[in-house]
Amino acid sequence: MALDKNGIAQRIAQELRNGWYVNLGIGIPTLVANYIPEGIDVEFQSENGILGMGAFPFDGDEDADLINAGKQTITARKGAVYFDSAMSFAMIRGQHVQLTVLGAMEVAQNGDIANWKIPGKMVKGMGGAMDLVASAENIIVAMMHTNRAGESKILKQCSLPLTGVGCVNKVVTELAVLDIKDGKFHLVERAPGVSVEEIVSKTEGELVIPDHVPEMKF
Amino acid sequence: MNKVVKDVNEALNGIQDNMTLMLGGFGLCGIPENSIAKLVDLGVKNLTCISNNAGVDDFGLGLLLQKKQIKKMISSYVGENDEFERQMLSGELEVDLIPQGSLAERCRAGGAGIPAFFTPAGYGTEVAEGKEVREYNGKPHILESALTADFAIVKAWKGDTEGNLIYKATARNFNPMMAMAGKITVAEVEELVPAGALDPNEIHTPGIFVQRIFQGDKFKKRIEQRTIKPRA
Repeated sequence: MALDKNGIAQRIAQELRNGWYVNLGIGIPTLVANYIPEGIDVEFQSENGILGMGAFPFDGDEDADLINAGKQTITARKGAVYFDSAMSFAMIRGQHVQLTVLGAMEVAQNGDIANWKIPGKMVKGMGGAMDLVASAENIIVAMMHTNRAGESKILKQCSLPLTGVGCVNKVVTELAVLDIKDGKFHLVERAPGVSVEEIVSKTEGELVIPDHVPEMKF
Repeated sequence: MNKVVKDVNEALNGIQDNMTLMLGGFGLCGIPENSIAKLVDLGVKNLTCISNNAGVDDFGLGLLLQKKQIKKMISSYVGENDEFERQMLSGELEVDLIPQGSLAERCRAGGAGIPAFFTPAGYGTEVAEGKEVREYNGKPHILESALTADFAIVKAWKGDTEGNLIYKATARNFNPMMAMAGKITVAEVEELVPAGALDPNEIHTPGIFVQRIFQGDKFKKRIEQRTIKPRA
């Protein structure tokens, strides 16, 4: 069965490693913080200016001055630190953040990503996404495999304006884990009960399929 | 040096049509809300506003958009504002969208006397169009120029009569860099204290960057996305 958004987040959380600083984007990526594996110590950076982001506050404890990049009220963990936007992006551009997880509208087999604009229809802006994808060495995209019309978002080439070029390493969708290498998608895992055929039918980009494709384990 | 002005009227004295303003804040967090309300009253028009976001429909810079006082916005993210999107898609409003880190660094550079810098952000995208590209360490970078403003209007938690500022939590965001990049920098603070009352070790923005400081009358501090968990 295909995963829900929480399932995608839970699978991505398995990629976390001890001691990493991690930037989580808006949407599904934010949920990754709910599934940190036992024994793994990570700190979350939010680009509006906090390291050591904690859980949402209890009702009544919310503070208008303490938010994440999605403008949600948050709390700070012990040992947290606040800083300005220039320093925040010094951390990002300077590759001091080990993992970036973000959403996308399209991903291409060469690692290109598009997630900020649909010409003539929707322009929200790139926010920090262009800085993040241009500098991060380890980028995981959390997204649904297809759009609302059922068309693949895992493409040979992006059709929307790009956010970054050749930067995505891994994509986790409700159906599969895909690595991007040598200009191709590589099928690494499938969601429990999802067939390779279904993944193939919903993937427009070139997909390398090994003899055995294990199911994700939770 | 005493930087105190008596109120928001005096703080914004000299702001005219066609000026470029920087306004601190991220979403509605850390915005100079008393000054924005005053800009609406003043009715100044054709403003170019440099601010990470454009507020929401009825708060923050959204209030200036409603009155069509803004000619051009320079921002990184403008979602959550229907009037903004309508004015942009209809062509009434000029919009320059900039990657957030480049926006922050361009303001910092403007205040630090650095005219331009190379960054990898935006290479291979629309943002890079018309910009010089150079390779450093085997990777392409684009040339981004510094930003400055006629007035930078920032919001701090505490400030002293010398113009030294301390921000609270993530309300710091763009305020420190913008404070550096204004020809005239106005600081609106929640609490104005005498010189010597702040610990010099803990000041975020040195008063040299601030020309005018005043204590805001009231702060609504509206929350954009109130997310909570229930008490057990």
